[in-house]
Amino acid sequence: MDDPASEQLLGMAPFGDYRLDHCYDEMIDAAGNVRPQYAALARRLRELSPDVLLQRQRYADATFLNQGITFVVYGDRNDTERIFPYDLLPRILTAAEWQTIERGLAQRIRALNMFLEDIYHEGKILRDRVVPRELVLTCTHYRREMRGLDVPGGSYISVTGTDLLRLSDGSFAVLEDNLRVPSGVSYMLTNRAVMKRVFPQLFANYGVRPIDSYGQALLATLRALAPAHRSDPTIALLTPGVFNSAYFEHTFLARQMGIELVEGRDLLCHDNVLYMRTTAGLRRVDVLYRRIDDDFLDPLAFRPDSILGVAGLLNAYRKGNVALANAVGTGVVDDKAMYAYVPRIIRYYLDQDPILPSIETYLCGDPVQRSYVLEHLDELVVKAVGESGGYGMLIGPHSTADQRESFRERILAQPRNYIAQPTLQFSQAPCFVNGSVESRHVDLRPFVLFNGDEVTIAPGGLTRVALQKGSLVVNSSQGGGSKDTWVLFE
Amino acid sequence: MLSRVADSLYWMSRYLERAEHTARLLGVGLTHMLDQAPQSASTRWLRLLAARHISPPHNGPVGAYEITRLMTFDTDQPSSIVNCIMRARENARQVREQISSEMWEQLNRLYLNVRSANIASIWQDEPIEFFQSVKDGAHLFQGVTDATMTHDEGWDFIQIGRYLERAVATALLLDVHFLPYLKQDELQAKLDLIDWIGLLKCATSFESYCRIYSADVHPEQIAELLLLSGESPRSVRFAVGRIQNGLEAIARITGSRLGTRAERLAGRLYAALDYGQVEEIMAEDMHAYLENVQRQCAAIHTAIYEAYVIYSAEAALAI
Repeated sequence: MDDPASEQLLGMAPFGDYRLDHCYDEMIDAAGNVRPQYAALARRLRELSPDVLLQRQRYADATFLNQGITFVVYGDRNDTERIFPYDLLPRILTAAEWQTIERGLAQRIRALNMFLEDIYHEGKILRDRVVPRELVLTCTHYRREMRGLDVPGGSYISVTGTDLLRLSDGSFAVLEDNLRVPSGVSYMLTNRAVMKRVFPQLFANYGVRPIDSYGQALLATLRALAPAHRSDPTIALLTPGVFNSAYFEHTFLARQMGIELVEGRDLLCHDNVLYMRTTAGLRRVDVLYRRIDDDFLDPLAFRPDSILGVAGLLNAYRKGNVALANAVGTGVVDDKAMYAYVPRIIRYYLDQDPILPSIETYLCGDPVQRSYVLEHLDELVVKAVGESGGYGMLIGPHSTADQRESFRERILAQPRNYIAQPTLQFSQAPCFVNGSVESRHVDLRPFVLFNGDEVTIAPGGLTRVALQKGSLVVNSSQGGGSKDTWVLFE
Repeated sequence: MLSRVADSLYWMSRYLERAEHTARLLGVGLTHMLDQAPQSASTRWLRLLAARHISPPHNGPVGAYEITRLMTFDTDQPSSIVNCIMRARENARQVREQISSEMWEQLNRLYLNVRSANIASIWQDEPIEFFQSVKDGAHLFQGVTDATMTHDEGWDFIQIGRYLERAVATALLLDVHFLPYLKQDELQAKLDLIDWIGLLKCATSFESYCRIYSADVHPEQIAELLLLSGESPRSVRFAVGRIQNGLEAIARITGSRLGTRAERLAGRLYAALDYGQVEEIMAEDMHAYLENVQRQCAAIHTAIYEAYVIYSAEAALAI
């Protein structure tokens, strides 16, 4: 590890154009030295010629394409299937860094689960005015149908994927909670599988913690939700179907777990019991890992025009005849205005300080904060509270006067629907782009499982990459890519 | 197994068999074009179109280029090769988690191969080789399926889809050749040696034929081989036997009693072919006989769907 030649990389092939750009770099510290966990990787990269790297990149891309690991971009008619761009170089986290993330996420998920249970039952946190009652009740994803309903195992959020950023001081902060139907875990697993094929030796010698048991852990989490009297429960994954952008992931997970992948048209409810239509007749379903939003679950309860769900599901759920993961109504926490209250939620229920900080957030629903936001539109990032996937966003420093004016009007028309955050300089990592190694901004989405009692997190997660130079947008629908994420044993 | 999954596996397999069959017809057609007089070529192309239920283009002469384009790349033509492979893949995509990764990768490769080609590019290079690659791709898929997929219910639906398609396609192929042969008074209907060899090759049975009957080509023997042989995997009887086996296995696995009608229909058709005599079939109305085979296959298809795929919820809960 102490090879001096590998410590200074800048200016040497394939790092010729590598720039530090004043933000935290995952591989190189401010003095230009390679961080210890990256030393072996840096050495290997200097040994390989750019041609070999290009050849491996092509091999990796071909693997994704041949396996049909693709996603669909909405509104793109010509080219409906694309591969999710895969970056050849791993992102490496030390055991200590991971420990903080793991503890922080476990703390956050526990507190948020308690919050959901509370707001759908007694509402103590609302009575104590820690979170404004009005803010909760005006959330689009708040579901009155859930009031007073006890969910199986007390677990509202079996599966979550929290987006983290690394700030300039090297610490991780939470950008966004995804408590409804987070996606991306299949890319975490396939990225790893491809990495093992592309760089087998490098991988073998690095001491990377395995993530392969995610499927078993997810299955165990889902099975724990089944009604107690059902000794051999049937678990199914509900997908919107082949045209959904995450369809690959749905098939992948169903196969990893050995459960049925069902669509709404495979299901029917009879006497408040959910069945699926099989060649051997109707078969009862006990647990539904649903990958469709609340709105589309049951046309009788929610959107009547939905054909993705199944009529009568909510009643079967309320009767306790079928469990849903995640529970209905968890989207309250995904509301970006609620995000600002999460540190207070953690303190309220756990009496602890948050281990992972949140990003400073201005609520446009508050007159004082709103006027600050309107005065600083050119510096802030403005987000619609109900959107995700990088849609409905204004990035102040990269915006035009027209865009700012349009957001000003939108904010004034519906202040509750907008929040603003400072524009963050989040970390960058080395990526193999156009035949050389360049720096690109990255985030991290670890995947968290919660059975009401224990929190399980696969060591790693999905590192998303903003492939455009200088870009801060990592979403796959907006031209982002991803890379394998290594958590080291020590 | 989900009814929808059975449905997709069945159609994935049928469409692929259909694509392979069309590729074989075109491969044989293009090869034989080299050996024949131009005036008889057009009759032969029309016969190939009829064997795929495709109506000939309205205007202009029927040429090899146009027909190859129509049957291979025309997306408006439901049974063109590109459409069949797209639909096979679309069905496979719907049941991605039910088939092995190897199967999906192979089908996807075949799809990418066909999608990246067009009539100009294959005509320029080697059209016959292109059709060979489609056939190879389909065969490879079948081999990969047998070698990597669990031979359970889903595999049985795949077999049934393939053999139903093959039974219908072979019956129709025989019909378009024997109809003009048996009505010998029509001038344009004359078939010569090259047509009979073409028919055998369209069913990849020329070599088997030579082994069994020697290279002397007799239409009765061709009919016997392609219709009634118990051993040739291309014969109608063989295909119906496989359908019958598949239906028995599915009934056993599901324990469903709704499947008896499909089993009875397949058993009856198999018995008719099992005990059939080629002289009698040809002496009577062979066209009606072959049409009846196709009708029986359609009835088996419907019975399978009513038993396993589109049954009513009331009927299923009552059992």
